[in-house]
Amino acid sequence: MRSRRTTRRLAADAGLLAVAAAFALPLAWVILSSLDRDADLTVKVPDGVTWDNFDAVLTEDITFTPLLNSLLLCGGGTLLTVVCAALAAYPLSRFRSRLNRPFMLSVLFATCLPITAVMVPVYALFVQVNLIDTMQGTIFFFAASQLPFAIWLMKNFMDGVPKELEEAAWTDGASSFQSLLRIVLPLMGPGVAVVTVFSFVMMWGNFFVPFMLLLTPDQMPAAVSINEFFGNRGTVVYGQLAAFSVIYSTPVILLYVVVARRLGGGFALGGAVKG
Amino acid sequence: MRTIIRVLPVTPAVVLLLLFLAGPIAYCAYIAFTDLQLTGQAEESFIGFENFRTAFGDEAFLNAVWLTLVFTVVSALIGQNTLGLALAALMQRASKPVRTLTGGIVIAAWVLPEVVAGFLLYAFFRREGTLNAILDWLHLPSQNWLFTLPILAVSFANVWRGTAFSMLVYSAALNEIPKEITEAAEVDGAGGWRRMWHITLPMIRRSIGTNLMLITLQTLSVFGLIWVMTRGGPGGKSQTLPLFMYEEAFQKSMIGYGTAVALLLLVVGSLFSAVYLRLLRTEV
Repeated sequence: MRSRRTTRRLAADAGLLAVAAAFALPLAWVILSSLDRDADLTVKVPDGVTWDNFDAVLTEDITFTPLLNSLLLCGGGTLLTVVCAALAAYPLSRFRSRLNRPFMLSVLFATCLPITAVMVPVYALFVQVNLIDTMQGTIFFFAASQLPFAIWLMKNFMDGVPKELEEAAWTDGASSFQSLLRIVLPLMGPGVAVVTVFSFVMMWGNFFVPFMLLLTPDQMPAAVSINEFFGNRGTVVYGQLAAFSVIYSTPVILLYVVVARRLGGGFALGGAVKG
Repeated sequence: MRTIIRVLPVTPAVVLLLLFLAGPIAYCAYIAFTDLQLTGQAEESFIGFENFRTAFGDEAFLNAVWLTLVFTVVSALIGQNTLGLALAALMQRASKPVRTLTGGIVIAAWVLPEVVAGFLLYAFFRREGTLNAILDWLHLPSQNWLFTLPILAVSFANVWRGTAFSMLVYSAALNEIPKEITEAAEVDGAGGWRRMWHITLPMIRRSIGTNLMLITLQTLSVFGLIWVMTRGGPGGKSQTLPLFMYEEAFQKSMIGYGTAVALLLLVVGSLFSAVYLRLLRTEV
């Protein structure tokens, strides 16, 4: 029995390692190429490790301005999303109302809509109301597109905080807003962290929204500026492109690791995909 | 007073959603029936179903519908779904370090920004790329994947990028199956495949339904990945509906027509979304 189990484990390990190797190849390319003076399109170990590619892209034009723009857009969008979602989730989680169920169903419905399809009318609408090519317009749309899922997650996390704790505060004369701020949100800290990180990661990686809504090169976030790198600068220096990709991807990978460690794998799915 | 306390906190969210999500969708439903253009036209006029009639007579549109179907079936329904389930099932038996390593790599591909993922896969599939280098090394015929089979290349790219989601959903589902049930079946002499087919799959069928629904919706709206890899080309051979919509609306300046395509996408998305809600009906 034991030997059969061992065989099965080895077979499973072998299968997983084969898939892991296949998945790792493109990742290996970006890391090795970023350190390679003569990077091309094939995975290969560089002759000598060099930081030249990083030095070349770490300039204001190429890296710092786009990353700052990304930070502004995604930071602003995330802040708006989290604040609105926390406020909205509170009455949904704490008070009974006939409207709760239809509201949550609409939110869940909106979560699933293909946002890509809305981008053309959003562009047309933004032109008419003069929001096109503005940071705030893009932030508003980012927040709106992320809100349904954020409300949904936030409400589920909030349901996990027992109501009794709050009732004690109410007897002491605290208002609902105070108890939300001082009791509920601190108790669901990991939940708020998940919503924050998830919203930020989604926005940081989103290409289509800023690609459509922003026109001025100075305002472009990294998601779009990286495209310029590749398309419009003549010969592509693959090493530099790889170095920039690494710089641009690192924050979201780190954020994911921090949150995933704290809450176990598959964190973001806890609320939405209980099937 | 009580009503204010209950309604006020929801207001900012509702205002944002109405102005920036419901508004554009309503506007979408309107301009899809007009001949709005980007340039050279003072005012749009209402033209009824003309855009839709044009679409269904337009070979490029029908081509995009077909490619979207291929892309969704190959990359989501077959690729991500099956590979995700296989990985989750193997992980149940594998040793911990292998499980962690594989999970980490697959999830990394998922967390990477869309455009970066696009570049990595572009490099992988190019004529001078890694895939052909490997095929050469194995003495197998290589080819210019992005030119000869672009829709297959972007489908594989989407499998690479999206499998983590299915893997996480199925891992969660498999962890919830009581050990006693599978063990009892094992004692009764059911082999691995039979246990999978007769016990595991029926027990996680709800997760399968949810997962299929969600990955279909995600795949329907993929834009950046394909845009970076092929721009929809060559000659529209990887032009799925979102890319077709973009091209009509902006490169050809036909916003009305592009929006009609967007509306069709939204309708298909809504149908899937509604089915998903029904699947979850008991839990909300």
